[in-house]
Amino acid sequence: MIQRCKIAIKGLNFYYQEKQVIRGLNLDILANEILAVFGPANSGVTTLLRTLNRLCDLTPGARHEGEILLDGENIYDPNMNVPELRRRVGMVFDVPTPLPMSIFDNVALGPRMGKMKTKKDVEEEVEKALGMAALWDEVKDRLHTPATRLSGGQQQRLCIARVLALEPEVILLDRPCSALDPISTAKIEDSLKQLKEKFTIIIAPHTIQQASRISDRVAFILMGTLIEQGVTDKVFANPQDKRTSDYITGRFG
Amino acid sequence: MRVNPRTTQKIAKLLIWSAALLVMTILLAIIIYILAKGIPVLNWQFLTQIPRNMGRSGGISSSIIGTLLVTAVAVIVATPFGIGTAFYLTEYTRESRITRIIRFSAESLAGIPSIVYGLFGFIFFVIYLNMGWSILSGGLTMAIMILPTIIRTSEEAIRTVPHLYREVGFSLGATKWQTITRAVFPSALPGIANGIILSIGRCVAETAAVILTAGSALRMPISPFSPTRTMAVHFYILAREGISMENAYGTAALLIILIFLINIVLNMLVNRFVSKGR
Amino acid sequence: MKISKEKISKYVFFGIALSSLSVLAVITIFIFIKGLPIITKVGVINFVFGMNWAPSKGAFGIFPMIIGSVSVTLGAAILGVPIAICCSIFLAEFAPPTLRNIFRPAIQLLAGIPSVVYGFWGVLFIVPTIRNYLGGPGLSILAGSIILAIMILPTIISISEVALLSLPSQYKEAAMALGLTHWQTIHSLLLPAAKSGIVAAIILGIGRAMGETMAVIMVLGNAVAIPQSILDPVRTLTTNIGIEMGYASGEHQQALFATGIVLFVVIMLLNAIAQYVTRKK
Repeated sequence: MIQRCKIAIKGLNFYYQEKQVIRGLNLDILANEILAVFGPANSGVTTLLRTLNRLCDLTPGARHEGEILLDGENIYDPNMNVPELRRRVGMVFDVPTPLPMSIFDNVALGPRMGKMKTKKDVEEEVEKALGMAALWDEVKDRLHTPATRLSGGQQQRLCIARVLALEPEVILLDRPCSALDPISTAKIEDSLKQLKEKFTIIIAPHTIQQASRISDRVAFILMGTLIEQGVTDKVFANPQDKRTSDYITGRFG
Repeated sequence: MRVNPRTTQKIAKLLIWSAALLVMTILLAIIIYILAKGIPVLNWQFLTQIPRNMGRSGGISSSIIGTLLVTAVAVIVATPFGIGTAFYLTEYTRESRITRIIRFSAESLAGIPSIVYGLFGFIFFVIYLNMGWSILSGGLTMAIMILPTIIRTSEEAIRTVPHLYREVGFSLGATKWQTITRAVFPSALPGIANGIILSIGRCVAETAAVILTAGSALRMPISPFSPTRTMAVHFYILAREGISMENAYGTAALLIILIFLINIVLNMLVNRFVSKGR
Repeated sequence: MKISKEKISKYVFFGIALSSLSVLAVITIFIFIKGLPIITKVGVINFVFGMNWAPSKGAFGIFPMIIGSVSVTLGAAILGVPIAICCSIFLAEFAPPTLRNIFRPAIQLLAGIPSVVYGFWGVLFIVPTIRNYLGGPGLSILAGSIILAIMILPTIISISEVALLSLPSQYKEAAMALGLTHWQTIHSLLLPAAKSGIVAAIILGIGRAMGETMAVIMVLGNAVAIPQSILDPVRTLTTNIGIEMGYASGEHQQALFATGIVLFVVIMLLNAIAQYVTRKK
C-alpha cells in the first residue's frame, strides 16, 4: 500500500526575531501514520509542531521561509483561512488544559464555534469524540461537572477529545504524557494507536521509548536540523547518523 | 541585653491580634449602633411612602427608587465601556508606551476624589448640557467615576487568565473574537464581576458627587430627567440639619443592609464561579 | 465573511477604548479650564499660600485649607497605618482560615459603609468624647483624623495583604528552615520583601484620606483658620468645596474649581508615586 503524503515540509527555515530555530527542514508526513518527532530540549521540536497549525503566528517576531503543504496546498498562503486550518490540524499541549467549564462544554467548544448546529448534533459529536478518546465511559454520568475535577490523565484525554470533536485530519501532540503517570500514558498511547486509522498523527514524545512504542516512523531533530528519519524500528536498531545513535543511547540528552 | 526572640514574638502577636480585634470592634460598634437605632424605623410604610414634611415624616421610597435608578444608569453605561476598554488594552494591543500611559491614567483617575467628579458633573451635565439636576446627570457622573475602577479590575482579571487558554482557543480554530468571548471572558468573569459589584457598592454609598448632580428633591422621580435624592444624600441632609434623627437612622440602616447584601452577593458569585471552574 | 467580522470587532473594541479614555481626558481638561483663570488672575503663589479666604471680598488664599487637609491626613496616617499593617499581617500570617473568612469580608464591609455614616457616627461619639476628655469644641483635626484613619484601613489592609500573599512561599520556608521564629521571619524578611506593595498601599490610603469629603465635613468644625493644635477646628480643601459649592457663583465658583485643580494635581502625584513604587519592584 502506497501511503500518500499528507503534509510536505519543503526547505523550512524558521526564526524568532533574529534567532534561527529551524534550518532547511525537508520532511514528508504520510497520511494515517504516527510520526514521532524527537530531539533534545530546545531543538525546535515544539516550534516545528506549531508551524504546522500556524500557532507560531501568535508569537511576535516569528517568521519563516519555505513551504508547508497540506494536501498540496501551502498553509502559509496569504489566502489561507487560518482558523479553518487549525480545525483541520488540531493540537494537544504538553500540560492538560481544561478550560474552566464543564466536561461537556469543553468538548463542545469546537463544534459550537463552527456552523450552526442543533443541540442534538452537538451532543452526538461530544459523545463521539469522548468515545474516540476512550473517556466516554468514565465521564458519561457527569458530563456537566467541572472539567477541572478530572484526574490529570483524564484531563489530557479530554483535551484529545476536544480536538477530535473538530473532526480534524491531522493531530499534533506536544509531549502529551509528560505530566502523566504510566497508566494514563498507556491509555493514551492505546487510543492513539486506534486513532491513526482515521487521522494522521504527529507526536513529540517525551521519551524515546514512547516513540518506539507507538510510532510508525520517526524524525530526529537536533538544533533545528533534521538529522535522520525513517521507519521506527529501522532507525532505532540501525541509526545511520552517529548523532542519532548517540542521542538514542543516551550519550547526550 | 538581647531580648529573647520568643518574647518579641509573643509581644508582636499580642499587638497584632489586638489590632485586629480593635478593627472588628470598631466595625461592630458602628454597624450595631446604626442597625439598633435604625431597624425599628424600617417598616413597610417607611419603605413605600415618600417623605413628607421635609423628611420629618413619611418614608423614603423616593430615595430608594432614586438610588436604584442612579446606580443602574451608572452601571449600565460604565460596564460595557469599562470591560471593552480592558479587553482592547489586553487583547488587541501589545505592551507599549501608549498602553502604559493609558493604564497609568486609568489608575490615577481611580483615585480622584468624588467631590471633583461632582464638580465636573455639575458644570458639564447639569449646566452645560442643560440636563439639570437629574438622575441622568447623577448617573452619568457616577458612570465616569466608576469607569476607571471597572477598567482596572477587568484588566487585572483578564491578565490572570493563563495564556494557555488563549492558545487552546486558537488551536481549536477560533477567531480572535471567539477566543475572547468563549475562552478568555468566562475565565475572567469572576474578577470582572468583582469590580462591577464593588462599583455598585460605591454608587450606593456615594454622596458628594450625587448631591451636586442629582439634586436633593424629595419627590418620586418620574423620568430620567427628574431630580432625586439618593438615600445617602437624604441621610446626610436629615442628620446635618437635624430634621429627624429617627428617619436618619432608618435610612442609614437601610443603606448598611443594602451594602451588606451587595457584599454577600459578591462573595457568593465569586465562590460559585471559582468552584465551577477551578 | 469571517475576515471582516474580525476587523469589525477590532474596530469596535478600539472605538470603545477610545471613548472611555477621551471621557477621562475631557474631565481633566474641563476642570482645568474652569479653574485656571482664577489662578492666573490671583497668581499661583497667592492662591496656594494666601492666608485669607474670603470670597465675598475677593480674597482667594487656600493655605488654611491646605494646612487643614495636610494635618487631618497626616493624623489619619499616623493612627491608621500601624493598625492597618498589623491587620494585614494578621490576615496573611496569623489568622486561622475560619477567622480569615470572617475578617476579610468584615474589612470589605468596612470599606462599603457610606462616608456620611462614618461622619455621623463621628459626630455622635468621637466629637463629644474629645470635647469632654480633651477639651476644645470636639469638632477638630483629631476627630477628623480618627474617622479618616478608620476609613482608610480597608484600602491599606487589602493592598498590603495582597503584597504579603504574593511573596513566594519559598521565602518563608527558607527562613523557618533556618530556625527563625515566625515573627522574625515576618519582620526581617517578609515585610521588607513586600515593602513596595505596602508603601503603595499607604500612599493610596493617604490619597483616599485626602480626597474624602462627606465623612469629615460633619466633624471638622469647618473654621477657616490656621489650627494651633489638633483640638482646633479646620477646613480641608475638600470640605471647602463641599460647603460652598451650593451657593457659589462667578469668581467664587471658579476658585472652588481651582481648589479642585489643586486636589486633582496632588492626588495624581500621589498615585503616580504609588505606581512608580510598585513598578520599581
